[in-house]
Amino acid sequence: MAILGLDIFCRDTVDKELVANCLRSGGDTTYLHWLLTAWGTALALAALALVVALVLGVLIGILRTTPSRGLTAFGEVWTEFFRNIPLIVQLFVWYYVVPELIPPLKAVPAFVLAFLGLGFFTSARISEQIKAGINTLSRGQRYAGLAVGFTLPQTYRYVLLPMAFRIIIPPLTSESMNIVKNSSVAFAITVPELIMFARQAGEETSPGLMFGAATILYFISAFVINRFMKWVEVQVRVPGMIGGKS
Amino acid sequence: MNIDFSFLNWELIRAYVANGFIFSVQLTLIAMVGGIALGTLLALMRLSGKKALEVPATLYVDTLRSIPLVMVLMWFFLLIPFLIGRSIGAELSAIITFTLFEAAYFSEIMRAGIQSVSKGQVHAGYATGMSYRQTMQLVVLPQAFRNMLPVLLTQTIILFQDTSLVYAIGAYDLLKGFESVGRNFNRPVETTLLAAAVYFVICFSLSMLVKQLQRRIQIIR
Repeated sequence: MAILGLDIFCRDTVDKELVANCLRSGGDTTYLHWLLTAWGTALALAALALVVALVLGVLIGILRTTPSRGLTAFGEVWTEFFRNIPLIVQLFVWYYVVPELIPPLKAVPAFVLAFLGLGFFTSARISEQIKAGINTLSRGQRYAGLAVGFTLPQTYRYVLLPMAFRIIIPPLTSESMNIVKNSSVAFAITVPELIMFARQAGEETSPGLMFGAATILYFISAFVINRFMKWVEVQVRVPGMIGGKS
Repeated sequence: MNIDFSFLNWELIRAYVANGFIFSVQLTLIAMVGGIALGTLLALMRLSGKKALEVPATLYVDTLRSIPLVMVLMWFFLLIPFLIGRSIGAELSAIITFTLFEAAYFSEIMRAGIQSVSKGQVHAGYATGMSYRQTMQLVVLPQAFRNMLPVLLTQTIILFQDTSLVYAIGAYDLLKGFESVGRNFNRPVETTLLAAAVYFVICFSLSMLVKQLQRRIQIIR
């Protein structure tokens, strides 16, 4: 360990003393503890952003397939808006501009602004997939729903969405992996996630080791999400549809 | 609310933002051309059916696709000076990183493009006595490119958006230009809004163009 320089992870971040319990959280924190905290922050950021993105994305995606012109237009504008501005710029807008417009947000930590920003950004992509998912269903399904006396919301709730959700699981796999990767951009607005860790800890010690540690954790995250979503895919696949082939 | 754009003028934009904009465009174009070339090569390796070519190409693509671009930028910025023995500056480092990184994404597109060309085309190539190289170069790749043109261009718009991430290594691009104005005049709110507007106008217009092109290509087919 000492030869590779890996013992640095068991040293505390203030006076670089070797600490018996690497993972201790009390007193001065170790580099390992800092690394894992940063990983936790990155994953929490991604998870909360995914929730925001799914809620908004599904809603906007549905709006874009309704017969109402106004709602469709709103959905289109939303999607184009959040799709055509780079994520880092959007995060800067959340960080600098939004609190200026809504003063209560000035007291909110950057982490919250970051997951809202990442969530809104990703909602545009999810809405694309929801729209595509609903449009893949034959129009007959919609008419059948309406014909048996369902209202439009009921048709969505009981006929279109259950199918659309199952069809869009595979693209959602890559989207949830993207959201973890994109959480890295939050370093730009001072969120203490893995990139922030790699930069700061790297400056204090050996950048190669710290970059390496952060990179490995990104790998592990991507791998775990990939496996989990593959499992979900198998559980929900629709027999006889293209999305149903594994 | 205190938003005031009156401090801005063309002189300021030219002094701070113009060079950054030029660099962003340069970076996008170089990484697009280099990335597509290298990506096509990777795609051909993955489809070659030879393990010795397939495995390294797959490893390359999968590795780069599972790491965030910001991390890759930082790695190259750290490693290139170490490998070649001298520092090369954030801008050149960004150009190298983007070319190699985007190649992984372009290769996936080209792979789909090559697979979209029917097998009969390949057999026809061989039947007329063409070599593998000739079949690819004269028959398969031109069709793959045309089929994938809209997707390649959409990826390039994403690439242009991603160039803003050179912020992580301090290269002077379009975003950095606006950020410098904001910092020097203590007006981050206005310059951030302006940066967002400029990126939006560019990316939205380009994506409209791509949509139009897509419609045209569909008619030809």
